[in-house]
Amino acid sequence: MAAKVFTIDGQEISATEGQSVLEAAHEAGIRIPTLCHLEGVMDVGACRLCLVEIAGSNKLVPACTTQVADGMVVATTSERLQRYRRLLLELLFAERNHVCAVCVSNGHCELQSLAMHLGMDHVSFPYTFPKLEVDLTHRLFGMDHNRCVLCGRCVRVCWYVEGAATKNFSGRGASSRIISDLNQPWGESRTCTACGKCVHACPTGALFEKGTTVGEMQKDRGKLEYIVTAREKKQWIV
Amino acid sequence: MVLAELIAIKERELAARKPVVITCCLAAGCLSSAGQAVKEALDQAVKTASLDAEVEVRGVGCMRLCCEGPLVFIDPPGTLYQQVKPEDAASLVGTVRGGTTHVARGEPNHPFFARQMSIVLENSGFMDPERIEAYIARDGYLAVRNVLREMTPAEVVSEITRSGLRGRGGAGYPTGLKWSTVAKTSSAKKYVICNADEGDPGAFMDRSVLESDPHRVLEGMIIAAYAVGADQGYIYVRAEYPLAISRLQTAIRQAKQLGLLGSGVFESPFNFNLDIRIGAGAFVCGEETALMASVEGRRGQPRPRPPFPAESGLFGQPTLINNVETFACVPPILRRGAEWFAAIGTERSKGTKVFALAGKVKHTGLIEVPMGMTLREIVQDMGGGVPDGGQIKAVQTGGPSGGCIPAAHLDTPVDYESLGRLGSIMGSGGMIVMDQQDNMVDVARFFMEFCKDESCGKCVPCRAGTVQMHALLCRLLARQATARDLAKLEELCDLVRNTSLCGLGITAPNPVLSTLRFFRQEYLDLLAPEPWKPATPPAPLPGLG
Repeated sequence: MAAKVFTIDGQEISATEGQSVLEAAHEAGIRIPTLCHLEGVMDVGACRLCLVEIAGSNKLVPACTTQVADGMVVATTSERLQRYRRLLLELLFAERNHVCAVCVSNGHCELQSLAMHLGMDHVSFPYTFPKLEVDLTHRLFGMDHNRCVLCGRCVRVCWYVEGAATKNFSGRGASSRIISDLNQPWGESRTCTACGKCVHACPTGALFEKGTTVGEMQKDRGKLEYIVTAREKKQWIV
Repeated sequence: MVLAELIAIKERELAARKPVVITCCLAAGCLSSAGQAVKEALDQAVKTASLDAEVEVRGVGCMRLCCEGPLVFIDPPGTLYQQVKPEDAASLVGTVRGGTTHVARGEPNHPFFARQMSIVLENSGFMDPERIEAYIARDGYLAVRNVLREMTPAEVVSEITRSGLRGRGGAGYPTGLKWSTVAKTSSAKKYVICNADEGDPGAFMDRSVLESDPHRVLEGMIIAAYAVGADQGYIYVRAEYPLAISRLQTAIRQAKQLGLLGSGVFESPFNFNLDIRIGAGAFVCGEETALMASVEGRRGQPRPRPPFPAESGLFGQPTLINNVETFACVPPILRRGAEWFAAIGTERSKGTKVFALAGKVKHTGLIEVPMGMTLREIVQDMGGGVPDGGQIKAVQTGGPSGGCIPAAHLDTPVDYESLGRLGSIMGSGGMIVMDQQDNMVDVARFFMEFCKDESCGKCVPCRAGTVQMHALLCRLLARQATARDLAKLEELCDLVRNTSLCGLGITAPNPVLSTLRFFRQEYLDLLAPEPWKPATPPAPLPGLG
């Protein structure tokens, strides 16, 4: 394999033939924001956050699906790219109901950290507040469509790593949803192996393990009886 | 099948022609206004008048002037009758024997007909699309025979290159260049795909070609397959075109029976199989990578290019993908030579283009004109302008990917570059005329709603950006938007155009951008005084008043 030498943000770096601009940049310690990219599964170029400029072309290209070429001059941090990235994040935040304060992934969410990293401090579009479902039928995992960014990482790990092909897309445009099998409740899926790869591939809190959410405390109603006994008989019987 | 048999079929067919032919349009437009009943009534009337020996009633493809359908043409004397009703049949047949009829006649010398130049539509309206013999009688399949027997694939590609043909699906990519790229790949398996997923609102050119002359598309595909070295083809046609699908199926079956498809085409070593794939109603499947995903049986979603289909397309193999009209141009080019075709049109846009003329125009229907004709000639002279003396305000070309060209620019010649300079595109051929009553912001909203609904949802700017742009346009129309909202709209147009994954998203802002460019005042007139407050202030909370 021949080595390729190219320039990225003014820095000359080398890469192997067939490597993507994103991989080569990360190897050289240059961080390009990504959301739908996941190491180990194929790239689809859907989130458009890793768009970069290539000298001599007006077209912006996704770093994840663009192969390096000799002499290529790549810019990743122009003012225009930063502005586009912030707008794209704003669109994502306005699209569904991303409320960090009540999210299982608060503090370790890729969407949240991208927003902080890229300086997206407010959303200038009206929130669309869609009414979306939460699927808690699976015995181990849950899916909250309110927090889904439709990056498709769960679908790709399910198909190409686990090989179960449970997760998929349905609908189109704003009504796209991640579904299990033929749009059945996840718990009724006969193909799901409960491997949990999708949960760990998910960049946000859309897919989560049960038992980790703040709202899942079990109420111990038996305690009430002891309190009543204590008050009425002045006895504390445990 | 050999040449002698082809000629024999042609001669038999020509000899069987009866002295008088009554052609009756059976394309979707006329069928929707009882064209089938008219045809049956004519059949019956001929029988009743015992004119069977002299008169043939023939169901044919589109006769162009769709707004006046059902259309009937009697030759000789060569008279076009409009808005024919089944009860008119007897009097129409009577004219053959010198009778009279009250049915309205068309004017064959009207610019609508006289200014047309038929290459793609040369058989449309003359032959029965369901009989292969009718196509052969009009020199059909002659080009394939000559190509297979007398030309090398490289010679075919060079002929197409010299003709200057460019893709008729919208972008105008040089067809010869595309063919030669696929031809030069060394794969053992290659594919040819015909994109018949015509989805632009108001466009029906491809449907008419498929309904009126399906064999022409088959012939173009066979020639293309030979030129690039493919042995399997697919026609991807939308399910909303049931008549086109049925006529294509008939055509493929007939071509197979005559040895024009399948193994050993024209008894040469060349094999070519052709299958139909039916789209399930997604506009995005007209985008080539999404179309190929759909043919493969996957979700119809585009993928980033490169790799381009010419290197890695259907099932990962080199694939040639062209539009219906592009393939329909191929047989005449091979039959009459590249020079003949290259002499038509402008410097960089050769040949003719079929347009579906619709909207606020007197004569709506199908027209085929040489490239370089001005918009004014098309909509004013041929189309007859706005009915009831209205004024043309704009002409929309290119559907949801195109733009609105204002009346001031009506003298623009119709070619790929000139339309591009005005922020529109040639597109697949939809042409919608608008008059003073049309609100351009509402037009932009209509197309944005279309893009929002048809976005596949894969990339963020197209999926979420079209939703926000549509909401902003709705706010404008409700007179609730401020100057800030307008700035936001322009910012979003810039974002979606530059960051979307496929052509649908990249061109989705075009209807907004082009109306903003030429009709900005209409947007400004809709702005609410800043800041906007609700008309009725909310009632004070109880107990606080």
